[in-house]
Amino acid sequence: MISFLWRRLLAGLATLLVSTFVMYILASASMDPFGDLGQSTAANKEALIAQRIQLLDLDTPVVIRYFKWLGNFVQGDLGTAWVSDQPVSSVLHGAILSTIQLVTAATVIAIIFGVAVGIVSALRQYSSFDYLMIFVSFLLYSLPAFWVAVLLKQWGAIGFNDFLADPVISWVAITVVSILAGLLWSLAIGGERRQRALTFVVAFAATFSTFAFLQLTDWWTHPSINPPLLALLGTATAFAVTTLSTGLKNRRALAASLTTVVIGLVLYLPLQVFFKSVAESWLMMFVLALITVAVGVGVGYAWGGPDRGVSARTAAITAVLVAAMLFINQVMRVWPAYYNAPAINGRPVPTIGDRTPNLGGNFWVTTLDQFMHLLLPTLALVLIGFAAYTRYSRSSMLEVMSQDYIRTARSKGLPERTVIMRHGFRNSLIPLATVVPIDIITLLGGAIITERVFARPGMGTLFLFSLTHAEIEPVMAYLVIVAALAIIANIVADLVYAGLDPRIRVNA
Amino acid sequence: MSTTDQQSPEGSATDSGQSENAIELREVAGLSQGQIVRRRFVRHRGAMVAIVVLSFVVVLAFSSVGIAGWTGWWRFTPNELNPIVNGGEPTLMFPAWLGGDAGIWFHWGLHPFGQDEIGRDVFARVMRGTQTSLIITATVGLVATGVGILVGALAGFNRGRTDDILMRITDLVITMPVIVIGAVLGQLAGGNNPLIFGTFLGLITWTTLARLVRGDFLTLREREFVDAARVAGASNSRIMFKHMLPNAIGVIIVNTTLLMSSAILLETALSYLGVGIKAPATSLGLLISQYQEAFSTRPWLFWWPGLMIVIIALSINFIGDGLRDAFDPRQKRIPSERKMAKAMLVDGSAARASTTTVQPPMQGGNAGLGPS
Repeated sequence: MISFLWRRLLAGLATLLVSTFVMYILASASMDPFGDLGQSTAANKEALIAQRIQLLDLDTPVVIRYFKWLGNFVQGDLGTAWVSDQPVSSVLHGAILSTIQLVTAATVIAIIFGVAVGIVSALRQYSSFDYLMIFVSFLLYSLPAFWVAVLLKQWGAIGFNDFLADPVISWVAITVVSILAGLLWSLAIGGERRQRALTFVVAFAATFSTFAFLQLTDWWTHPSINPPLLALLGTATAFAVTTLSTGLKNRRALAASLTTVVIGLVLYLPLQVFFKSVAESWLMMFVLALITVAVGVGVGYAWGGPDRGVSARTAAITAVLVAAMLFINQVMRVWPAYYNAPAINGRPVPTIGDRTPNLGGNFWVTTLDQFMHLLLPTLALVLIGFAAYTRYSRSSMLEVMSQDYIRTARSKGLPERTVIMRHGFRNSLIPLATVVPIDIITLLGGAIITERVFARPGMGTLFLFSLTHAEIEPVMAYLVIVAALAIIANIVADLVYAGLDPRIRVNA
Repeated sequence: MSTTDQQSPEGSATDSGQSENAIELREVAGLSQGQIVRRRFVRHRGAMVAIVVLSFVVVLAFSSVGIAGWTGWWRFTPNELNPIVNGGEPTLMFPAWLGGDAGIWFHWGLHPFGQDEIGRDVFARVMRGTQTSLIITATVGLVATGVGILVGALAGFNRGRTDDILMRITDLVITMPVIVIGAVLGQLAGGNNPLIFGTFLGLITWTTLARLVRGDFLTLREREFVDAARVAGASNSRIMFKHMLPNAIGVIIVNTTLLMSSAILLETALSYLGVGIKAPATSLGLLISQYQEAFSTRPWLFWWPGLMIVIIALSINFIGDGLRDAFDPRQKRIPSERKMAKAMLVDGSAARASTTTVQPPMQGGNAGLGPS
């Protein structure tokens, strides 16, 4: 195992060397550092060109320039972006942060929704829901990213801002949306006619009352997850997580996850006091998240039973979700202040950049500001990614569910939940495991279009700008990062693949 | 079937339910694999519609403005400047029954898709762009699938050193963002020739397919039928391409369609970013990029190229789905429970009709093995 890892890392390093070499040659061949001077009518044009040649060391053959660059790079000197005369490392720092912000949320949301829908779609193959989802995922997959992004920017932002300025949804619209939600749920869950009708009624009522609640309590102007809402959402989460993770028959797991919900409720007010009295930071949030997991695991163990591990897992997942709700609540509470800030000017859904300049405010306000800037780009990325994951997970789940061991599992009397979640779902993740790491990396380097349309100062924007302005150093820094990440992702994919499928031997 | 017609008031519904069932049973009797695949494919409604739509688009794109020396039947060429009619707005009007202003039929007018700000005919331009994008898509699909299958199959089947070398090469290619290659090509070849551009894109997009095929082959080569084939004296290449490849065809087909539809998206994206096809040649992405500034004043310039991209990509996806359903011999097409129940009711076997065909009814997860 260790030797495998070593070998792969060394091979990766070699790959990296070769690929940086190839890319350096390609990049320098595609660049024209005299683009701005070519049309110049300045009297000292010759001198300017000579100066540029000296600045960029263009008299040296490109291969030697590569090794010079490599030497500097190995010593930690990334060079300077000569157009703006800034060190590459400082330019890169902000760009990476901005891109990671954009990509994380989009990837996670796309994977969760995509895989869930794909699995359900596969389980109900050739049903109306399946056909509907196939069509929707095809449609989304066929949309050009830049087209969607421009549409979202031109229409989505304006519409959403107008709505937030006067947040009233007509009752007709609410009813229609609720009917659609009811239909969707009854199609997704399926079953006999009576059960379909029941699902429809429940889903309709839930959606309708949710919207009615939001509307009547003026939630849109003062959004928050207050204790009653938290209790409701938390309980629903606990039941949902337990159903998926262990089945509702496991009373201890259910009790454990409900306990974590109660803990969350109890902490509701103390947390607000706590956040008022300290200076918040992302590091702190991370530590709190770890504590949350620990508490969840602890609660699960405390409830014990023959299957401690299962209860602990269930409780930990629930705890994290409840903690996320508490976090979101904290962010939402600053909404009125944010909305009325002069820098926002009553248009809270931005279309450009990754932060509002001159906004000020505390940790929660800046977080909210970042979230609002992420809204549309994330939506654009999720729409596209969702479709791909739906297709992959549907196709692999279909494959798995037609295997003999699924029939065996059913015939030995396992509950359907166990068959689907343990025998079906886990195995269907194997092909996905090779795709997901690579996808994440592609996104990291390649949210170029989204970043460009929404003018986010991320890695993609940096790369494109440098490429068209003939700055090879930032381009190479970008390429090295992307290439290194891609190599790591490939190793991870191989390891995951071997871990999931015992038939594949890593050491062979 | 004739017996069902007289006793059932809802004749057509039950008829289709039962005939589907009957075809399912008769299907495999005495037919070759190819025939089965063809039959299944032809029965896939989405794929058939997609084929019709795609053929229509292809014929329209190539015949309207012509290709190479031949000028098509359309009255304008993509780059000619015409006097602006009606402020450049599309003269296409929908018939009344579609909520439009024209009479009983479509009204085409002089410039059905409108004109851009200097009077060029948008229909001609969009058709020329569609041509370019189609050529690129086809080239990418061919090149990438060929390379991907070859590399993946060799790596997965041979394992060991071959696998190592091939996968390192794959890693090498993966580490190079397509956008760099696109930029380089734009610089070197002028971004004018869709065939060269498509080949380049194909040479850098085969990696996912290769990895998936390799993954499948790694699993497949442990299966019994491979041993059986080897014992029967089959050569390596025969085992690979005759025995194992058909088992991986589902993954290949799904991925190839994803790849082709993403190829058109990739090409348009590159052209949109200014590192792909460049003027005076045109592609759908380049059109969108040229016209996006005009979104608020001349939205039709932005709509048509986007619509064409969506139509083409959607059609390719549906065809791929049809092919997948048709190719995969393990994927039996099961009529929905309700159709089965109806068909069985008609059969007179009412008792069987109430049992579900997909899974046995569960009672609390305890299948009579005593108290849990």
